[in-house]
Amino acid sequence: MANKVLVETTLNGETVEFLCEPRQSLLEVLRDVLGFTGAKEGCLTGDCGACSVIMDGRVACACLVLGPEVQGKKIETVEGMAKDGENLHPLQQKFLEHAALQCGICTPGFLVAAKALLDRNPKPTEHEVRFALAGNLCRCTGYDKIVHAVMDAAAVMQGR
Amino acid sequence: MATQEAKFKVIGTRPIRHDGVDKVTGRARYGADINLPGLLHGKVLRSPHAHARIKSIDVSAAAALPGVKAVITSADFPKLKSGVVPLGELAMNPLYMSMNLLAHDKVLYDGHAVAAVAATSPHIAEEAVKLIKVEYEVLPHVQDVRSAMKEDAPILLPDVRTSGAPEKSDKQTNIASQVRFARGDLDVGFKAADIVVEREFNTAMVHQGYIEPHNAVAQYNADGQATIWTSTQGAFTARDQCGLVLGIPASSIKVVPAEIGGGFGGKIPIYLEPLALLLSKKSGKPVKLVMSRGEVLRATGPTPGSHIRVKMGANKAGKITAAQVWMAYEAGAFPGSPVGAGCMTILAPYDLENLQIDGFDVLVNKPKTAAYRAPGATNAAMGAETVIDELAEKLGIDPLEFRRINGAKEGTAQPAGPKYLRIGYLETVEAAKNSAHYKSPLPKVSGKLVGRGVASGFWFNAGFQSSATVNINTDGTANVVTGSPDIGGSRASCAMIAAEVLGLKAEEVHPVVADTESIGHTDMTGGSRVTFATGYAVYEAAQDAVNQLKQRAATLWKAKPEEVVFQDGVVSRTTNGQESMSLKELAGKLPRAGGPVGGRASVNPRGVGPAFATHVVDVAVDPETGKVDILRYTATQDVGKAVHPSYVEGQMQGAVAQGVGWALNEEYFYDEKGTLRNAGFLDYRVPTCLDLPMIETILIEVPNPGHPIGIRGVGEVPIVPPPAAIANAIYRAVGVRMTELPMSPPKVAKAVLEKK
Amino acid sequence: MRAFTYESPRSLDQALGLFATAGEKARALVGGTDLLIQMRAGVRQPDVVIDVKGIPELQILSFDPQSGLRLGAAVPSCRITEDKMMQDKYPGLTEAAGLIGSVQIKNRCSVGGNLCNGSPAADTTPALIALDATCVIAGAKGTRTVKAEEFVLSPGRTVLQPGEILVEFRIPAPKPHSSDCYQRFIPRNEMDIAVVGVGAAVTLNGDTCTAARIGLGAVAATPLLAKAASESLVGKPLTEQAIAAAAALAQQLATPITDMRGTAEYRQHMVGVLTRRVLNEAAKRTKKK
Repeated sequence: MANKVLVETTLNGETVEFLCEPRQSLLEVLRDVLGFTGAKEGCLTGDCGACSVIMDGRVACACLVLGPEVQGKKIETVEGMAKDGENLHPLQQKFLEHAALQCGICTPGFLVAAKALLDRNPKPTEHEVRFALAGNLCRCTGYDKIVHAVMDAAAVMQGR
Repeated sequence: MATQEAKFKVIGTRPIRHDGVDKVTGRARYGADINLPGLLHGKVLRSPHAHARIKSIDVSAAAALPGVKAVITSADFPKLKSGVVPLGELAMNPLYMSMNLLAHDKVLYDGHAVAAVAATSPHIAEEAVKLIKVEYEVLPHVQDVRSAMKEDAPILLPDVRTSGAPEKSDKQTNIASQVRFARGDLDVGFKAADIVVEREFNTAMVHQGYIEPHNAVAQYNADGQATIWTSTQGAFTARDQCGLVLGIPASSIKVVPAEIGGGFGGKIPIYLEPLALLLSKKSGKPVKLVMSRGEVLRATGPTPGSHIRVKMGANKAGKITAAQVWMAYEAGAFPGSPVGAGCMTILAPYDLENLQIDGFDVLVNKPKTAAYRAPGATNAAMGAETVIDELAEKLGIDPLEFRRINGAKEGTAQPAGPKYLRIGYLETVEAAKNSAHYKSPLPKVSGKLVGRGVASGFWFNAGFQSSATVNINTDGTANVVTGSPDIGGSRASCAMIAAEVLGLKAEEVHPVVADTESIGHTDMTGGSRVTFATGYAVYEAAQDAVNQLKQRAATLWKAKPEEVVFQDGVVSRTTNGQESMSLKELAGKLPRAGGPVGGRASVNPRGVGPAFATHVVDVAVDPETGKVDILRYTATQDVGKAVHPSYVEGQMQGAVAQGVGWALNEEYFYDEKGTLRNAGFLDYRVPTCLDLPMIETILIEVPNPGHPIGIRGVGEVPIVPPPAAIANAIYRAVGVRMTELPMSPPKVAKAVLEKK
Repeated sequence: MRAFTYESPRSLDQALGLFATAGEKARALVGGTDLLIQMRAGVRQPDVVIDVKGIPELQILSFDPQSGLRLGAAVPSCRITEDKMMQDKYPGLTEAAGLIGSVQIKNRCSVGGNLCNGSPAADTTPALIALDATCVIAGAKGTRTVKAEEFVLSPGRTVLQPGEILVEFRIPAPKPHSSDCYQRFIPRNEMDIAVVGVGAAVTLNGDTCTAARIGLGAVAATPLLAKAASESLVGKPLTEQAIAAAAALAQQLATPITDMRGTAEYRQHMVGVLTRRVLNEAAKRTKKK
């Protein structure tokens, strides 16, 4: 009875096709239909950023995007950030070195939002980092080490 | 026992945590990530009323909806008697537990679970829940402690009588218990005071705010065995609670702790596991239940709001001469607030002769409260640490100096009675005084008023039971298996402790967090106990492994065991040619030497070391809007021995952030119908990274004499001082003593205007 | 969420056809940052969700020195905040668009969606009112216009009839020595709904104010044009006293409620504080031009 629609999109560089009901959000599609459980459900109201993904180059909350909306779009998730099986993205590496995660549930969302920031603004100030990440909640770290990790990753990516 | 002068090779370093790569690539499996063939999705129906009698429940329309495979109500639970059952370190009332999981004859708070369904999709489950018809008779409700304590208050649980009351009474009451700690003579004490300050405080209910909602996946098998995957702070306690409330042997349930997305005490009680289990039993399929954010806020275990009165006197020399405290904490719908802990922690940093602390555990129509990081202590510190600030100010004594004058040390008696062993409170006061922060001039912020405040805090920390095994692999590396869910990096610390004992590098030890069938009994992750107690078990298990290794080497060398020593990962013979072998070499030879080596230990260590903290904060207040910005924050703490300093710093910084939210914006907002209005992260306002500066941490290591490595728990005490420190800073900025939490902008603006 | 069908029209005509057919049962989707939350809560339950982001007319962002600004209803906030023309000519509306929420939200939400949601606390509405914005509505029978301050009828309800879509905003070109400003009060530094929001646009001739419009948000059942307060400034220099008097008039107009975001007294007080601050800032900005 469910009126499923067929959607074709690009996910982490690969063409992907899926069936979904219009009421299934992109977050549900990623997690329950495609098996990409990196993006997390924290609030379903766009207030915590745990479900952050990059859509056509801009970070968005997957919980507020309907599955059919991603037709023809480019989606990037945390699963696509590492260079390959051996090399992490500098942000991922710096998060580990700086102990910028404790329970880790918010980490995929932060990594994606931070990547979106550095893709646009390679040399952010501390304030710019905090402003860009204000939509991502963390309850464990107090954000200190997260901000340090992002700024250190920015430096590495700039070759500084 | 403490190795104060020991030079550690691994302990104190900052290796990358072993589970880190999984967490930064999105591969780590949290409870909601788990998928099984044929998985059904569950949803819970919840009461819209704060207090009501359930007259009838009709699930027929829900059960008939295509896609729905099972529906349950409290009728599906066994009938249990009221009573107190010890479950590890917790004491539980099975009847109340059952009533909280699915309401019996009454609903006691907005969000109280009433029924649950399992269906083929979460959307169908949601639709099914809407089809369940419940007839309620709405009753008057009560949501603040003082009203609930009055004679004419609506009664939540008719069988409750006040335990600990001085006179027995058969009257119905909402006061579930009362407790008193007292010594000395208050009259004498207050007469000796040159200054007396008396203040009343109200603190609002707040939530732990973990980003991951509760979840459980259960698979019940026809042979009566079940497996539950859950986001829990304690697989064993979850298992035992399930068994108790479902009337089945705990051993028939295997609980697999999924990676946990934050707990802070809120994921020790169970809410979904028994429901998922029953739904799986009825449907014959695995069932996943995940709470929404709204359900988490409405219906799990926030920490109490409270009403607190503090009266303290001090003499001109700055010595506190008397302290009297009266505290009423919200228990929520069932007894069990941490008011006792509040009584025992308030004033614990100080040496007091004359004190009387009264605490009351009071039922109100709100969710049953659960532990939140140093449960009970933050509310209490808000009262005591601000009154102390006022005493110091009125006597013209620097607030840190005042604390030094009165500070507890080895031999001081706690408010609850026992004397401290070696502690580091005075060291934290000293460190705060000498910090770059405290020595720096107050910054100027255009258009705002700036102030600096300090406060201290105490937490007991816990011991409790832990088990560990340390297995030597054939390549000379080791596996460490424990049963402590890792909420803050503890599995890395366990690996580091084992590595230290075995002379290995941290990367050469692989830590595993095991399920209830794969490791010995381990009490929950909480109470700042894991590095202390599970670390203790790991230490002993590693020592056990070392003893076995020495015996294997002795066998190979045909020597006596006493002739063999183990040092820095090398086993050597003290006699006959002084042969030696690295652990790697010996590991390869174990089959010839007597077999595999597996160390094990189960502990319930007594030598718990309490923790103290002293914090300094600068705030900027906009006097027109009442908005308070945190400019700078420094947290000092006696951390015993920091096994992995980055994660100790992380505990301090995270707790400070929670304390800032508690101080400035977090509160439960109920309307006149008793409904929670801000059941989401939009209006339940936790700090974002734009609301905080970098948080400076000063780690002081006063080793705990009760632990071989000197470890003290570190995770809880740093949430205790922030609200009081911020209140004291606001006072110095705008001259107003705030006595309510949160100190949100409307309240601060009003106080500033009224002062004018 | 209740089940629904999803449509993604590529032209205004196609969209109008879909809206006409579905009538009351349709809801327009831009960023989804209000609609999806409401649908999950059961507050709005459309049978048809019509995604209007693909309609070219709703994505217009253009400025003409004569006719002024045309801002399509579905233009995302991020496009507005990144646009040099918007930053230069309409700094108040731009900063309002920049305050709507996190980066994630701003990448999706729109000024049109913000207005059509009908919340009295919408951040961009006071700025639109201050700029004398006209809303262009299309329906089966043609187009009509409504002033921004008249668009919202009550919380959640707007003048849009079944079958109608908001297409764009038209805002006059700023006169010389004009500027606008929007400020709101929130308890944190980001992510909150405005407790009080005030937008103001002023034009100065030398020291004398020749035009002023003040828009208020979150202090009544709908966003308001503070007419008396605005008119009180015209023909005078913007002195401290004149601004204070205007702020007091704005306060009189406000009928705020007490809710979980603030008390009525506090909101009343903050109308005064923010009106003063916003007028001062707008006046300062005119000097920079």
